[in-house]
Amino acid sequence: MFGLEKKDTSLLIIVAILTMLAPFILNPFPADSAMAQFNAGYPDLMQRFVIFGIFAIGFNILFGLTGYLSFGHAAFLGVGSYSAVWMFKLLSMNVIPAIILAVITSGLFALLIGFISLRRSGIYFSILTLAFAQMSFALAYSVLTPITGGETGLQLALDDPRILGAAQTATGNIPVPGLFGLEMRETAQLVLGGWEFTFNVGYYFSAIIMLASFYLAIRIFRSPFGMMLRAIKSNQQRLNYTGLNARPYALAAFVVSGMYAGLAGGLMAAMDPLAGAERMFWTASGEVVLMTILGGAGTLIGPVLGAGMIKYMENIISKINSDILHGWFAFMPDGLEDFVVTIIYPFIGKGWHLTLGIIFMLVVIFLPGGLVEGGQRIGRLFRRKKKDEKSDKSSQSTPAE
Amino acid sequence: MDAIILQILNGLDKGSAYALIALGLTLIFGTLGVVNFAHGALFMIGAFCAVTLSRILSLSHQVIDETRTDFLGNPLKVDVPYIYGWFGEATGQAIIDWSVPLSLLFAIPVMILIGVAMERGLIKHFYKRPHADQILVTFGLAIVLQEIIKYYYGANPIPTPAPEAFTGSFDFGAAIGMEANQIIYPYWRLVYFAFAAVIIGAVFAFLQFTTFGMVVRAGMADRETVGLLGINIDRRFTIMFGIAAAVAGLAGVMYTPINSPNYHMGMDFLVLSFVVVVVGGMGSLPGAVLAGFLLGILESFASMKEVIDLIPGINQIIIYLVAIIILLTRPRGLMGRKGVMED
Repeated sequence: MFGLEKKDTSLLIIVAILTMLAPFILNPFPADSAMAQFNAGYPDLMQRFVIFGIFAIGFNILFGLTGYLSFGHAAFLGVGSYSAVWMFKLLSMNVIPAIILAVITSGLFALLIGFISLRRSGIYFSILTLAFAQMSFALAYSVLTPITGGETGLQLALDDPRILGAAQTATGNIPVPGLFGLEMRETAQLVLGGWEFTFNVGYYFSAIIMLASFYLAIRIFRSPFGMMLRAIKSNQQRLNYTGLNARPYALAAFVVSGMYAGLAGGLMAAMDPLAGAERMFWTASGEVVLMTILGGAGTLIGPVLGAGMIKYMENIISKINSDILHGWFAFMPDGLEDFVVTIIYPFIGKGWHLTLGIIFMLVVIFLPGGLVEGGQRIGRLFRRKKKDEKSDKSSQSTPAE
Repeated sequence: MDAIILQILNGLDKGSAYALIALGLTLIFGTLGVVNFAHGALFMIGAFCAVTLSRILSLSHQVIDETRTDFLGNPLKVDVPYIYGWFGEATGQAIIDWSVPLSLLFAIPVMILIGVAMERGLIKHFYKRPHADQILVTFGLAIVLQEIIKYYYGANPIPTPAPEAFTGSFDFGAAIGMEANQIIYPYWRLVYFAFAAVIIGAVFAFLQFTTFGMVVRAGMADRETVGLLGINIDRRFTIMFGIAAAVAGLAGVMYTPINSPNYHMGMDFLVLSFVVVVVGGMGSLPGAVLAGFLLGILESFASMKEVIDLIPGINQIIIYLVAIIILLTRPRGLMGRKGVMED
């Protein structure tokens, strides 16, 4: 289906079902139960899942396939956000032109930066992209204030010269981004017994775009172009000896992944029409690297998993406080309870970055292939057991992905 | 003329910090071939060594002062540092006042220990893995170290003043026979520069004139052969990692009076120090030092009002701009050797 192999089609369908049913799946606990804090089914968080999913999918096209580790990808996200907000300010509150412009500008920006950075590889490439991103951040923060809003960020105002559509709503408010009259923030609630499910227009809009970009990523992974990118990763020298110039392919991958980042930035602005320079800061670039590695670089589903996991932890772990911990361990004797809470306390709440850092280190040390490799290892363990039971004659195992 | 001298002086202290961190980075890279993203965290830990020591020294107990009363008429309780009891009040005060320089003694063993533990515990396992993995795992380690510090010391900068004798500024212009009151320069920054010069000199002398340093240099050039000669090069490289960590830590200790330490200072310096290393040439020690001072001074020139008026925002981007230009025109950096990280 859609020109995909059977395995990829089923993967795409599974992802599609999961994203479409996310409001149900992410809300497994009744709204008034003690576990309700682990629910992730509210619009803001779900939007972030899919948007950062797009960002990580795009980053994976560059890092996972070609092996070029860019430490400045957030710059494209920021550029996308800025251009989308400008589109809202100048043209219309419809999200389609905003996102298109975001993709185009970030693509052009990526073309420029990639053209220069890809002259070098390895650690030099990482430093070059980092330098460019930090430069963009510094400029957006200071000199380019008329375009970027500087420290306060770029926001909509009541007197924006919008060509299509009014500058203000009838009630004198700033209009909200929408899709042909359908507002992005519109939500519907479904109450089923103790459960509350929220369906948000913005989420479904982003989810559909995420599915489209996921589909595109699968096509890129399976195409001859994708093979070429893998060749760059495994042995660029040999590629050169066969008479092929690797740089145009790497540049194309860089631009595509920059456009993905711009798309994510545009969507972010569409969900909440403001853009700030901190989106371009190098820690933001580091975050997408973490997502991709955590999920599994070079795999299709890995980056999405990683993005979801990091954003979920960011929201849920940082919400836990010491009272909640005391509640959990109340069954223990008092002294032990205090002890356990003191041990866990640094890892929760404000300390969630510590948890993230430790998990990330563990993944890099023990599971270089990320969560996907972990899953495969567990899967293989079970398969081997079955094989032993059947005492299969063929000892040949099919390499998994 | 005095404007130029002033900017050069201004660039020296930042340049010294860049040079020291870049020197450590290069030592690690040159010996072990590891790209250490956690080096900024070591700089930060050094700074927090100073904070810790000054806190330990100021630990105090309450003593009832009979001669004074508080506003309710009760005898006043005064906090008296324990150290007053041991050394007498005057000496105790002097010791607390000099806590930052004293921290150097405290930081050296701590940093060497941390460095060796880091190398043996973590980085050892990453020699054969790709550079990207090394970057990633040390990046993760940097996050962890930074968050631990944040947990114990809070997110706010902690002011750690220099000794009384070095606060204030002096008239540098008058000292070199120029017009008075034109070039005013804080004492501590000059101390920092002198300190950096001493450390850099010591590291170079150590590598150049001791047998240990000779073996290390031989190992940098050809690790395998040195190993075949029956020398345990791994252990020496581990010690070099400890020394590199100590250099970063000492740079951090002495930097505290210039900039109050906070948990993300390491990351702020790390990004720039990497740029410095790349500009200087990966694996070249003199290159790292040269590029550190060069970029520090360039940055301070770019912050001159005249320059900013000419090219707005140049002070923010000058270092990155220089790095980009150098990398594209001289891919090996200013003093890079052939064959180091060519791919």
